[in-house]
Amino acid sequence: MSEPILSIRNLCVYFDVSGDGWFGHRKVLRAVDGVSFDLDRSETLGIVGESGCGKSTLARAVLGLVHVTSGEVRFAGQDLARLASEKMREQRRHLQIIFQDPLASLDPRMNVGQIIGEPLRSFFPRMTQEERQAKVVEMMQHVGLLPEQINRYPHEFSGGQAQRIGIARALILQPEVVVCDEPVSALDVSIKAQIVNLLADLQAKFGVSLLFIAHDLASVRHVSHRVMVLYLGKVMELAPWDEIYRAPRHPYTQALIQAIPPADPKRARANPAKPLGGELPSPIAPPSGCVFRTRCPYAIERCAQEEPVLRRIGESFVACHLAEQIPGIPNS
Amino acid sequence: MAAATDALNISAAPAGRSLWQDAFSRLLYNRTAIASGVVLGVIVLASIVVPWISPYNYYTPQWALLNAPPTFHGGHIFGTDDLGRDLLVRVMWGCRVSLLIGLVASIVSVVIGVLWGAAAGFVGGRVDAFMMRIVDILYSVPFIPFVIVLVVMFGRNLLLIFVAIGAVSWLDIARIVRGQTLSLRNKEFIEAARASGVRGPTIVTRHLVPNLLGIVIIYATLTVPSVILFEAFLSFLGLGVQAPMTSLGVLVSDGASELQSFPYLLFIPAVFLASIVYCLNYLGDGLRDVLDPKER
Amino acid sequence: MTDAPLLQARKLSVDFATREGIVRAVSEVDLDLAAGETLAIVGESGSGKSQMLLSMLGLVARNASVTGSAKFKGEELLTAPEKRLNEIRGSGIGLVFQDPMTSLNPYLSIGLQLTEPVRVHKGVDRAAAAAQAIEMLKAVHITEPERRMRQYPHELSGGMRQRVAIAMALICRPEILIADEPTTALDVTVQAQVLSLLREIREQFGTAIILVTHDLGVIAELGDRVNVMYAGKIVERGSVDDIFYNCRHPYTEALERSIPQFTKVRPARLTAISGNPPNPLHLPPGCAFAPRCPYRLDICDKSVPPLETVSPNHAKACFYEGPLGTAAELSA
Repeated sequence: MSEPILSIRNLCVYFDVSGDGWFGHRKVLRAVDGVSFDLDRSETLGIVGESGCGKSTLARAVLGLVHVTSGEVRFAGQDLARLASEKMREQRRHLQIIFQDPLASLDPRMNVGQIIGEPLRSFFPRMTQEERQAKVVEMMQHVGLLPEQINRYPHEFSGGQAQRIGIARALILQPEVVVCDEPVSALDVSIKAQIVNLLADLQAKFGVSLLFIAHDLASVRHVSHRVMVLYLGKVMELAPWDEIYRAPRHPYTQALIQAIPPADPKRARANPAKPLGGELPSPIAPPSGCVFRTRCPYAIERCAQEEPVLRRIGESFVACHLAEQIPGIPNS
Repeated sequence: MAAATDALNISAAPAGRSLWQDAFSRLLYNRTAIASGVVLGVIVLASIVVPWISPYNYYTPQWALLNAPPTFHGGHIFGTDDLGRDLLVRVMWGCRVSLLIGLVASIVSVVIGVLWGAAAGFVGGRVDAFMMRIVDILYSVPFIPFVIVLVVMFGRNLLLIFVAIGAVSWLDIARIVRGQTLSLRNKEFIEAARASGVRGPTIVTRHLVPNLLGIVIIYATLTVPSVILFEAFLSFLGLGVQAPMTSLGVLVSDGASELQSFPYLLFIPAVFLASIVYCLNYLGDGLRDVLDPKER
Repeated sequence: MTDAPLLQARKLSVDFATREGIVRAVSEVDLDLAAGETLAIVGESGSGKSQMLLSMLGLVARNASVTGSAKFKGEELLTAPEKRLNEIRGSGIGLVFQDPMTSLNPYLSIGLQLTEPVRVHKGVDRAAAAAQAIEMLKAVHITEPERRMRQYPHELSGGMRQRVAIAMALICRPEILIADEPTTALDVTVQAQVLSLLREIREQFGTAIILVTHDLGVIAELGDRVNVMYAGKIVERGSVDDIFYNCRHPYTEALERSIPQFTKVRPARLTAISGNPPNPLHLPPGCAFAPRCPYRLDICDKSVPPLETVSPNHAKACFYEGPLGTAAELSA
């Protein structure tokens, strides 16, 4: 088993939201609260969670775009969280990102060629214009864009095409890791599949590892080798994609699955989407012990007193005191 | 190989339509802005050409023809002033001086304002707070006494007027540029540039500045008329350009004192002053409609 | 219970006058809605689904020209005076949008916004209106309704805001609720709450619902009948069972196959729809879907297929008569 390419240990990202008041105690927003995982070469790790679970903050913390409060981000033997900013900048050629809103992530005043070629200018300043252009054209072809479009501007493209530009820009340096922050959420339904397939193809071609972040379990499970479920900044479950489907063990994972309306009228009538009760607690004042206990149908006293550790059960890692006892959900 | 054939394709690749081209073509639909541009262009052209070709100059008195009314035949199309100087040429010189002051002072204030505002907005935090407090303090300095003090200390010279006006007008632009920088800083494409390894200063020059240009152009265009009016005001108070050199403000001031007997001495320069200011404002408004990112 | 449809549109078209020419956003659409039934409209950007609904209520932009007929309980809406339309909007037909912040005024309290429609349409006094508002908040399962009345939209979570928007749309007990992508922006567990709420509302008040969405699960769960729209036209219409178990239009089939389903076995690759959604400015001369259709015939490029009946209450607009499901994998 080779070394994982990226190792996150106990990553915490806290924000000070005390406000400018003279009075009142300090308020801390725990966006990411002790997340650990490994990412292997050419693996896709799906990260799923609802609003407020910290997945976007996690993505940015891994890339050093947001300040890490504590924890380790190990890449190629270095802890990225401890690097000075210029050293971190040098590492960026190995870790790239694709954004959720394709058009917002492209500078409206630059054309496609300049946008895709910019990373080359940052890291290969001696490359000539022609060499750069050749690489840009090659990348455009990989992502399914026509080379003739190289002089066009972002606003002349549709959402799906703009996302292809973003993908080309992220991959042109052939990074080892690409973080995909909800790459298809903002796209039209008929385009989502194209982009998901494209990412899978590019992974096979370039051997890049992907951190695929989404709020929708179905697409995450579709592309990922393993899936990680986050809630209020903590990992609830981390399991291979087929285990998540076959035997989800954490009550939150089960709740997520049961909340998905099945795309089959007979099943939907028999078994409609089941809502999860309660409201999301504030990340400034999370519940004691297990953060999910306020909405968990199985919560016991121990859940309020002791925070469950992520432990191995079969093929999965689950953070729940009652993981072995909880029944699975009926899947037809 | 494939790269070579693609190289052929690329040179034939159609040019995209940049946001500037898009904005310009939309500007052409704004008839008021275009008309203003044309009128302004005519005035500028006239102010350059007329003193050149006219047989009269702006300073030689003609004692025989004091206060002659405007006439098409006598050669003095706008008449003469109280020293017998040709009003047309004086008005044209006035336009030159006012426009020049407007242009130069605006450029100075834009340059200072953009650098100040962009730096404050980009660096943020305490530096930003400090820089903007300085702007706030300068805003509260009473301007007229300040200029009077300068004039008393250095005399009435044209350069001084540029400096005085520029020193005050940069404040508005600094605030606006800072605001725009703050909002741009949070945009995803800036984060994307950081994530792809672009260095801080390069982000400012390559990404921030071109996206700031739009708003800078708008406010620069709107600064010019306010500078011109301000200069006119100073001249009206007697603090502006020295005689015999004239500006529209001086002409209006001189004309005002003769309003009862020779109204044309006031109205003609006033019409020119008002036209220049109106046209610049309409043009600036039109530019704002097409360039303001919020309007998209 | 009358047989006449509650809402009936015939040959409804919406054209926009733009600088580049006339854009036909909605093209001769027929629509029927019976009392108490739920009609789902599937479509993506450029399909005209939102414009069609807005045009029936007189809410389209000023450069739009609407032709055809749209009758609510036999009364023609397109020629109705603005005063009458104002009466119908809110008390006869309620609207909920995708982004609850579009329906809710951030500067007014929830209570004010909820009581406004009641006071305008039913002329009751403030106290009675407030009582009805609180009843409505309870009906949409918002906890502590009295406290919420004094709160402002930004103090509520996204899911709660959407429920308030639904409460606002229903407070005058309209016969029809038009919901334009009401759950698209919501997390899946919150979506399940809203779906369950809509089901209850249907049972309790007998409201007919027009639900615009591209989420097949939502349609399977709530829909009675489905209209599939593409490039301003209805390309398939039928009962929800027809559409899911016996769909006859290539676009419907492509959508069903391209969306990842959690509940099904994971396919090796998503079947993507090639190409891009149509640009309303440059529609092809024949069938608008032809450029992306795997079953395309010559005639498809030349003429527009008419809507033909396939079986009672099931119609499609497609020249291809062969079986679906036989296309080779559509790759992007």
